Amino acid sequence: MSGTRSGEEPMTLLYSEIEEELRSAVRGLLADRCPPAVVLRRIEPGTDPADSVYDLDLWKTLAGEIGVAGLLVPEEFGGAGAGASEVAVVLEELGRGVAPVPFFTSSVLATRALLPTGDALLGELAEGTETAALAVSFAASPYAPSRGASVTVADGRLSGTVTGVAGAEVADVLLVPVAGELYAVDGAQVTVAPSLDLTRPVATVTLDRAPARLVGACDVAEVLRFGAGLLASEQLGVAEWCLDTTLAYVRERHQFARPIGSFQSIKHRLADLWLDVVRARAAARNAAGDPSPISVAVAQSWNAGVALHAAEEALQLHGGIGMTWEHPVHLYLKRAKATEIALGTPGDHRQALASLVGVPGPE
Amino acid sequence: MNESDIKRRVAALLADHDPAGDQLEFLRARFDAGLAWVWFPEGQGGLGAPRELQQVVERELAGTPRQLNAGMLAIGLGMAAPTILTFGTDEQKRRFLRPLWTGEEVWCQLFSEPGAGSDLATLATRAVRDGDEWIVDGQKVWTSGAHHARWAILVARTDPDVPKHRGLSYFVCDMHAPGVEVRPLRQITGEAEFNEVFLTGVRLPDDLRLGAVGDGWRVAQTTLMNERVAIGGAPTRRGGGMIASAVEAWSEQPELRTHELHQRLLALWVENEVTRLSGARLREQLAAGQPGPEGSGMKLSFAKLNQALTGFELEFRRDLGYDDWSFRRSENVDFFGRGPGYRYLRAKGNSIEGGTSEILRNIVSERVLGLPSEPRVDKDVPWKDLPR
Repeated sequence: MSGTRSGEEPMTLLYSEIEEELRSAVRGLLADRCPPAVVLRRIEPGTDPADSVYDLDLWKTLAGEIGVAGLLVPEEFGGAGAGASEVAVVLEELGRGVAPVPFFTSSVLATRALLPTGDALLGELAEGTETAALAVSFAASPYAPSRGASVTVADGRLSGTVTGVAGAEVADVLLVPVAGELYAVDGAQVTVAPSLDLTRPVATVTLDRAPARLVGACDVAEVLRFGAGLLASEQLGVAEWCLDTTLAYVRERHQFARPIGSFQSIKHRLADLWLDVVRARAAARNAAGDPSPISVAVAQSWNAGVALHAAEEALQLHGGIGMTWEHPVHLYLKRAKATEIALGTPGDHRQALASLVGVPGPE
Repeated sequence: MNESDIKRRVAALLADHDPAGDQLEFLRARFDAGLAWVWFPEGQGGLGAPRELQQVVERELAGTPRQLNAGMLAIGLGMAAPTILTFGTDEQKRRFLRPLWTGEEVWCQLFSEPGAGSDLATLATRAVRDGDEWIVDGQKVWTSGAHHARWAILVARTDPDVPKHRGLSYFVCDMHAPGVEVRPLRQITGEAEFNEVFLTGVRLPDDLRLGAVGDGWRVAQTTLMNERVAIGGAPTRRGGGMIASAVEAWSEQPELRTHELHQRLLALWVENEVTRLSGARLREQLAAGQPGPEGSGMKLSFAKLNQALTGFELEFRRDLGYDDWSFRRSENVDFFGRGPGYRYLRAKGNSIEGGTSEILRNIVSERVLGLPSEPRVDKDVPWKDLPR
């Protein structure tokens, strides 16, 4: 990626002007089209079983007009040729809005898996005319990349299942990794079951001698590591919304004839949470600029916990209203808990650090 | 003023003054050339240049004489100097800044009192006007370096009949004046890094006052803000700082490792790393001229982390001993030195000195997060009527 300072840190941990412009474009669109109240309406199951939480009109605007779908794709394949740092800023904003769009699953995970192959599908993903999903369990990790998957290939056809796949039901194409190769499939059975994360449900993908096109080689662990590093930025966005929303609430909410935010027991908790979020920002920026195994493991093991803690604090400090279906805080709690598990738990990433940074366990 | 101007001035200094000759003569010449602190005004050791050009000076003058008493200058350089610069008269700047910078004169701080810690503005040391002089009586505490100091920055009460913040004035105290008594204050580590200072009928001429009578709280805020900028730590490498000591112990004694300790050490390693990254990001913001509010929190993070890491290391080593309890004065502050028992005990001070962690959380929540303050019962009450 970018150059390094003392071989450890990316050139900058700050946001560039271009990144700030991208952020305000995404934030403005979400505020206009998909505020939390709208997301809350979308999670209600409609009468049509084909109804999905995903907002594909919004996705069309994000992908086509703002151009987020092609950020990772080099210009020669029809993309913007931007970098992970820009993608990270988009993820911060999508996390802040728990926006139901397939950016992370299609434009990050699936696109990153396709990049080394240079396949023509990249151009369609970059334009947003096609959407893909990587048929890997969201509960898999760089350290256990085939968790939840049992797919075999015979005579150019794929059979087996993959559980816990995110973004599968809105994907036009599924990219299925089998034994180091990546296959494109469009005749798979995708079954969405009730999911902990209402705004990014997971599905079981079932393949029964499904015709498949061999796309090229695929290092799934590397793709998941790249995704895990960027997921830290989405988690930062989740944590920021929870902190900001809670701050606004405790300034307004009165009990004992004063704003509850004037009580030290509450102020001190929020000061501590802010400190955690400040450090999550540094960790996310570092992993976006330098997606090395250490930076990714540090960012995931810290930010997953911070996002979850922020959502839990938000719920508690909102009191009764935080426990209701009508208040959006539960969307953030569910997203935070699901991303704590996704692409490796904090414990998995800390365990990986043991050998990466020379702190081995007991003999 | 740019990098080549600085280099030219350094070359001129080196042409006229031999760095291998008299150390003090060289340091004074460096000050007079405006190469002490380039962001200070001309004539006061600086050139009115951007602060980041100081690193050019330091690079160009590497290997030339260091300031005298280098380990004892933190309070003078970090707290007294910016306050004198902001509030001092021309005469005060001329008198104090050069020997402060060269290290000829060491400074200490007379702020905290036994009855005024977190609530500093309630302090009781009195300064009563007597013609052209002030007569000071009271007791100060937690004064590091008082036994070496030539001067002190002092906050005292000049009007007990108004609310606490309004009756204070700020002085430079002559530590050699009759009535100034310095006694070592022994800490839980066994040594005495700090002092108690008793002030009994100390006479200070009025030209040692900094800022207007009654404006001492505002002057003190300048001092304290500079203290918080100074705390936050030097840049460290990944795996550096307090974590290095714990990891070293871990490597040296594999037979003491347990699974439970391993989990905790890895979690601390991650916390240390994100705290370090956040410090690096803060420095980048400062260098880019966009200081964020993040600085207010750095000391909180470091205090918590140092305490957890030193506690971890002591537990890991299973060593029930302690290196040395003998009562002695330490010459400077050292969080890293000596044995793990000392480091553990010394780290307990990190969440108390320079603003307790509780007060810092109030500051973060009110000034950064915009939360309302607690109701204040003492705000409009004359100081003399406050319950004590």
